[in-house]
Parts: sequence; structure tokens; C-alpha cells
Amino acid sequence: MRSDLSVIHDWVPQGSRVLDLGCGDGTLLHALAQDKGVSGYGLEIDPDGITSCIAKGVNVIEQNLDDGLANFDDNSCDLVIMTQALQALRRPDLMLDEMLRVARECIITFPNFAYWRHRVHLGLRGYMPVSKTLPHAWYDTPNIHLSTFNDFEALCRDKELAIIDRAVGIKDHEGRLMSRLWPNLFGEIAIFRVSRRNAASGQ
Amino acid sequence: MPELPRDSVGLVTPQTAHFDDPLLLVCGKTLPSYDLVYETYGTLNAERSNAVLICHALSGHHHAAGYHSETDRKPGWWNTHIGPGKSIDTNRFFVVSLNNLGGCHGSTGPSSTNPETGRLWGPDFPMVTVSDWVNSQVRLADHLGIERFAAIVGGSLGGMQVLQWTLSYPERLANAVVIAATPKLSAQNIAFNEVARQAIRSDRDFHDGWYAEHDTLPRHGLKLARMVGHITYLSEDAMGTKFGRELRFDDLNFGFDVDFEVESYLRYQGDAFSTSFDANTYLLMTKALDYFDPAAAHQGDLAKAVAPAQCPFLVVSFSTDWRFPPSRSKELVNALIRSGKSVSYANIDSPHGHDAFLMPEPRYQDVFSGFMNRIAKQLGLKPAQAQEAAHAF
Repeated sequence: MRSDLSVIHDWVPQGSRVLDLGCGDGTLLHALAQDKGVSGYGLEIDPDGITSCIAKGVNVIEQNLDDGLANFDDNSCDLVIMTQALQALRRPDLMLDEMLRVARECIITFPNFAYWRHRVHLGLRGYMPVSKTLPHAWYDTPNIHLSTFNDFEALCRDKELAIIDRAVGIKDHEGRLMSRLWPNLFGEIAIFRVSRRNAASGQ
Repeated sequence: MPELPRDSVGLVTPQTAHFDDPLLLVCGKTLPSYDLVYETYGTLNAERSNAVLICHALSGHHHAAGYHSETDRKPGWWNTHIGPGKSIDTNRFFVVSLNNLGGCHGSTGPSSTNPETGRLWGPDFPMVTVSDWVNSQVRLADHLGIERFAAIVGGSLGGMQVLQWTLSYPERLANAVVIAATPKLSAQNIAFNEVARQAIRSDRDFHDGWYAEHDTLPRHGLKLARMVGHITYLSEDAMGTKFGRELRFDDLNFGFDVDFEVESYLRYQGDAFSTSFDANTYLLMTKALDYFDPAAAHQGDLAKAVAPAQCPFLVVSFSTDWRFPPSRSKELVNALIRSGKSVSYANIDSPHGHDAFLMPEPRYQDVFSGFMNRIAKQLGLKPAQAQEAAHAF
């Protein structure tokens, strides 16, 4: 399983009702259903991803995330997860509002644009970074809103959201300690667990 | 002797089940006794756990797959999706498909004899609804010894029957497949149906539905009804690609004979239908479509209406279907989500309009067979060797 997915897998409570936005081929939801009795739905637009979900028995709804989540009621889920999709949305900030309307808590992962290799790529070579987590050229990339650990934390501050947990997805050969100490520099994938402020303070 | 395709269920023979238990209909009338004509494909396993019921659309019937004779030009109406190795794999599943009550292909309907009068039922045949069909299908299941279907599958009007099954008999199906359907008709849908009915009813050969006794048929009205219907089943693109503005002959005739290929096609389809389908049945079935609205009993709240459903759903729509567009399927999907049901939804990109549900389309087949394969896996269904051998023509 991808490194960000295995972190999420550990974070999801037993028996939760989960909405997975951009669920891909359903790997995460399938594992969560098997290991933790999780139920819920995945939303996806990629035809192959949808077919894989259906074959796995993962509930998948063909839906464009940019159209919002109006078909999900307030507080209808325990947790909304979005892995590696935030950067491809037209308005990530509005989606964050939607996610925290549907559930009190959400888990978000995205490629950290401030990752040192990206910095080197842009800073020294002067080209837009192309990497495993950002595999597209600048002109055909679906990733239209790239951000960093620091950017996302600033957004959460502006929205008065509580960051409950933060982790990094890293390459196997890079030190865990380094990325824990300086996630914005050494973290390849940013992983955040956030909730509404009132939820965190137990109001 | 021409060879039948290896991936077909081969030669099939319709069967008839007779029922003497009176059936109380939603309209308040009772059918004292009735016949249902059905076909089966594949083999019912010892556990009786591998049965799949196919619910047919407006003009479909029991002949869903295979051929009635070696010289049959066309196989059953859903042959693309039913057969060895197909989406509904008859090596694993036992498939049941029937002609609904009120139909005109052998099941009791307007062209059958009313036992009380000795006369044809004709227009006196009681109005049947989707619920009535489902109730009669339950009796057919009992007759075949099927307690619970592995899946009930249907497109268009057939999809409505599937939905009704999940509400009326939730314990009797393990999975539901609703394709190119809607939880209720729109005003536009009803309007098209009304045009079709008026075309039939205003035919001077209709005789208030007693045409058989006048030894005639409202051919012209039925032809018009079918032509209107046919236009709504295709997409603009599909029609454009198929016919464009192609002329039938080299020159325009500056009259009202056929100029364009599309006119010729519609007339041909209408003519063929007008002699093969019963006008009273067409009237009944379009009304059954119009009446279907499970949310009506819940102040229009479909999420409340679907509360009884227990099984996982697969809902499929087609991008160019304007008869029952994807938004109508999404209404059902959203209600199922609101009600916390297990549901998957795919909108298939297809140029074929509403008719796409009958056609081969790789993504549609992947989604459909993916869902059916998982059911087979969950039930531990193994391919039936004997079945394979039987179809090695």
C-alpha cells in the first residue's frame, strides 16, 4: 500500500463510516472494510478506478469532486478522506468546507511542493518539478493547486480548523527522523488530520 | 445447418407456468388465474443460490437470450449480456426471464381469453402496475423453487421492477442491478407516452380496444407510437451517425414520400412493430411506466421510500440517454446514499442513447460483469462444466 494510505489505515477508527474522495481503485476502502469493518462510499471519476472498485465490492459513486458533495447530508459520515486529490480540485478551500460539513473530521494527503527534491528541481535547474508524486509536465498536469505543509497549515489557521495529527509520506531510503523534524523540506507527501475547531474542543 | 455462436446460450424453448391463485392487483381488480411465459438459461445449482431474474423493458419479453430455432435471424433481446462468459455468465448463473402480465407474448394479457366471459380480455384487461408484476414474479420464483435471487437485473422499465423488488421483497434478492432507469417518469416522459397512446387510440381500427373482434389491428396508430418511442430511445448523435441526412433515392421527391434514410428506418421499425406487438399491451405498459413512483407514498421522499431495501445496488446510466438521463439515475443513487444503502454508480459514456443498455460497450460490460463476478465469488459459484459441454456446438 502507498505510504500515505498505510498511515491513514492506522488512523481510521474501527467501524467508522467513511467517505473517500477520489478513491481510485478502492484499495484503501477495501482494506479498511476488511481490517476495520469500515463502511461508506468512494467517489471517483476515473472509469478504470470505478470498475476496479465495483469488482472489489467497494461502494463507488461516479462523481466529479468539483461539483461538490451536495448529495451527502451534514454529519452523515464519521470521516472524510481525500488522498492525492486536493491539488487537482478547482477550489480546494471550498472542498475542505464541504468535507467538514459532511463529517467532523477529515484526513487529507497531497504532494508537498516544498519537498527538497522539488526545490532542487526548480531552484537549481529552473524547471517545474517532475517526480513520482508529481509525474506530469506543467502543461498537462491535473494538479492545478500545488501547496506545501506550511501553506496547508496556514489555510487551516485561516479557517480556524484544528490539526489533530500530521504525518509525512516519504521515500523508503530517506530518513524518517529528518522528515519528522522538517516535514516541509523532507516530506514528499503531506498527511493531515483536521477537524472543526468546536469538535476538537469537545463542544 | 447454420452454426449458433459459441458464446450464446444456444437453442431455448419458452415454458409456461399456470397459476390458479387469484392475484389482487393494485387497481383493485383481481386476476382469477393466469399464465406466465418464461425462459431459463444455465442450471439451477443444488443450493438454489445462483438464480438471476431478468426484468424486461417496455417492448421486451421472456426471450432474453439464445435462439428459438437454428434459422432464427436474431437472438433474444439481451443476448449481448447473457451467455457463457458474458456479463451474466450462464456457466455460473441460472437465468430466468419472463413475459409480464398484460404482455402479448404468451403471458396472460389483453389478447388472452377472459375466463369469465369467454371473450378476449381486450381493453377489459385490468390495469397492471410494476408492483403487480413483481408480485406475479414472486409467484413464478416460488413455482421454480427459488427462495432468493442472487441478483435481479433490469434495464429501463425493467430497472423499475428491480427497484420495486428491493422494496416489496427485500429478503428475496441478494443484489439489485438497475440500468438506464428512473425512480419516476418526468412530465416529458409521460407526455411522450401520452402521444403514443393517443396515436393508438385515435386509429380508426382501434374500436375502443376491441379490434380483434373486428378482425383488424390499429396498425397505423401502433406504428406512430413506436416511431415516437424510437426517436426517444436513440440519441441525436446516434441518429446522426447512423443516417445523417442521407437520401433514400438520388433526388428529393418534393412530396411526402420517404426522402431521407431516417424516415425510411422509422417507418420500417414502426411497421415491423405494428404487427408484432399488441396495441392494448402497449397502452397498459406505458401506463405502468407513468404510474411508477415509489416515493409518492412518502410525500415524494425517495430516501424514505427506499428504506426497506437491504441488498447492494449497482446503478448504471448512459451519457447520451435523454429518455432517462443520468440525472434520473443519480436521484435514485442519492436517495440510496441518504438512506445509508450499499450502492455503486457508473455513468457509461456511450453514443447510443437509451438503447445503450442493450448494446455491447466495453466499459459497460466491465462494470456489469465486475459486479456479477463478485456476486458469483461471494456465493462461491463455480463454472458448471456440464453447462459448458452442452453448449459446445
